[in-house]
Amino acid sequence: MDVSIRKVRKEFDRFAALHEVSLDIASGELIALLGPSGSGKTTLLRLIAGLESPSAGAIFFGEEDASRKSVQERNVGFVFQHYALFRHMTVAQNVGFGLKVRPAATRPPKAEIRRRADELLELVQLSGLGGRYPHQLSGGQRQRVALARALAIEPRVLLLDEPFGALDAQVRRELRRWLRGIHDATGHTTVFVTHDQEEALELADRVVVMSQGRIEQIGTADEIYDSPNSPFVFGFIGDSSRLPVRVANGQLWLQDRTIGLAARGIPDGDATLYFRPHQIELLDGCGGCIAGTVVASRRVAASRRVELEVGGERHRVEIELPAGDPAAGKSRIAFRPKRWAVFPDRLAGQPGLAERNVPGRPEPELALTGV
Amino acid sequence: MAAALTGAGWRFRRPSVIPGFGLTLGFTLVYLSLIVLIPLSGIVWRSASLGTAQFWAIATDERTVKALKISFGASLLAATVNVLFGTVVAWVLVRYRFPGRRLVDAVVDLPFALPTAVAGIALTAIYAPNGWIGSLLAPYGIKVAFTPLGIVIALIFIGLPFVVRTVQPVMEEIDKEVEEVAATLGAHRFQTIARVILPGLAPAILTGYALAFARAVGEYGSVIFIAGNIPYVSEIAPLLIVIRLEEYDYAAATGIAAIMLAISFAMLFVINLLQAWSRRRYGYGG
Repeated sequence: MDVSIRKVRKEFDRFAALHEVSLDIASGELIALLGPSGSGKTTLLRLIAGLESPSAGAIFFGEEDASRKSVQERNVGFVFQHYALFRHMTVAQNVGFGLKVRPAATRPPKAEIRRRADELLELVQLSGLGGRYPHQLSGGQRQRVALARALAIEPRVLLLDEPFGALDAQVRRELRRWLRGIHDATGHTTVFVTHDQEEALELADRVVVMSQGRIEQIGTADEIYDSPNSPFVFGFIGDSSRLPVRVANGQLWLQDRTIGLAARGIPDGDATLYFRPHQIELLDGCGGCIAGTVVASRRVAASRRVELEVGGERHRVEIELPAGDPAAGKSRIAFRPKRWAVFPDRLAGQPGLAERNVPGRPEPELALTGV
Repeated sequence: MAAALTGAGWRFRRPSVIPGFGLTLGFTLVYLSLIVLIPLSGIVWRSASLGTAQFWAIATDERTVKALKISFGASLLAATVNVLFGTVVAWVLVRYRFPGRRLVDAVVDLPFALPTAVAGIALTAIYAPNGWIGSLLAPYGIKVAFTPLGIVIALIFIGLPFVVRTVQPVMEEIDKEVEEVAATLGAHRFQTIARVILPGLAPAILTGYALAFARAVGEYGSVIFIAGNIPYVSEIAPLLIVIRLEEYDYAAATGIAAIMLAISFAMLFVINLLQAWSRRRYGYGG
């Protein structure tokens, strides 16, 4: 079932939790809503489920306007972070609940409900635990019961609100792969909310990055990581270093020296340069580079993070070197980013950015991404 | 104070890091003995000295039987009514925010604090045939004050806070997400209440029922004003005990007391078993 969110807005007591958000989800797609807390991702999920109603706009399931329907009629599967299992029911009764509460005309007979529950418990690898009560299960098992329960009603859309948020790191990783497997096997259109970018990038077909009630960027993991279209996305996804620069004559300048990076199409003025700490090349001499004094050096797993103070104003940037790189021992390092993006300051990093009424973000052509 | 295995089947719960198990258990036993067990065993002791024939005569005396029936019947009825409406009151207090909510919340506790005689007099004044409510009911031939119905009303009054106060905190803990999940699974409001919310409240409701019932059985002050105290009709067992005492008939008084004690204990014991069962059944147990 494809889902189309059309210009949906949501206000809570005049506080805008979502500003006009539009999003098209293809049938069978696995979508992640990713953002810091307060970005509106859970609100969007609850709007799709019908647990909240939009202040404006509409949500379509296929050709049908779902926003006119009640939660019960929408037929969505919803999984909460803290499982929300019915503690007085056995695991099998939990899974069968959605079938049992159907009106008599469409309710399957008892034996059929029981059979469906067993089938789903097998799908989530909990066969034989149908007679247990939720409090007898581990966190990971409970979440799988919650998923089986949501799948039992053959939902048109499956919605997961931070499904692995309450679990420890190892179980999370296991369940992540397992969920991908279930999704590929059942083919449900799935939307899940997370604040864990690793989870979003690894699991989802497309990632929707949200911030302050707006969608910042929609794309595959590659697109989001390699070509962030806003300072927020660049800073939020993966590691990033940033440096205030000046654009003049189509070049980037650090005070009175050119960095050696071309900035075509970006208006002259102050701007911010973003790059990944590991996507740099070290240089010997400095005719067009960034040079800085080493102030700190830390070993992190297979690499070494070096913190540099750059320029007269001593801006700190971080770069990443292979652990054994001899340059790490030097007191002064010169480098140039291999991949980078520059965003003009009058749009980037200004508090007004999120408040602008114009939908969207800094125009992509204004942000130049170097390769 | 190491954990000791005392035979198969059961053992002392292993003491926690906080010491003092022996001291507190000893204190508990002495304290309970002084305050509860010794006075109650006095009743049993006194009635035991009656002799079977005399005890049987007291127990089967028609006035005693009627009084016991009225006491326990009215208490059961009042506790049942309190469970139904006390749960509704708790629901309103927990779920909705409205002006005056705190005031209503405080009013619920009044029956705890008010001298029961005052409550009895106030209820009598209102429900008497010439009182505010009594005069409205009188044309339909419904008499409240000076009838068993009046007893039930007084017992409802004094039992209400027990149900509300035991159900309220458990209700506050109900996860909103559980209801939301029920809704996404297609359950309508009544299905959610009947199948999801109420089963979770069952242990608390049973506790409230037991407390309200126990309180009602022992109630004296408020009832004697509204009941009219007509022997065989609206005379409660505690009042009959007092009447026997005033007649210096201590044997009869302790006899009735012992019967009340036995019935109350049996009923509370059954309710406790039910509660333990429902706690296990509804997943509160370990």
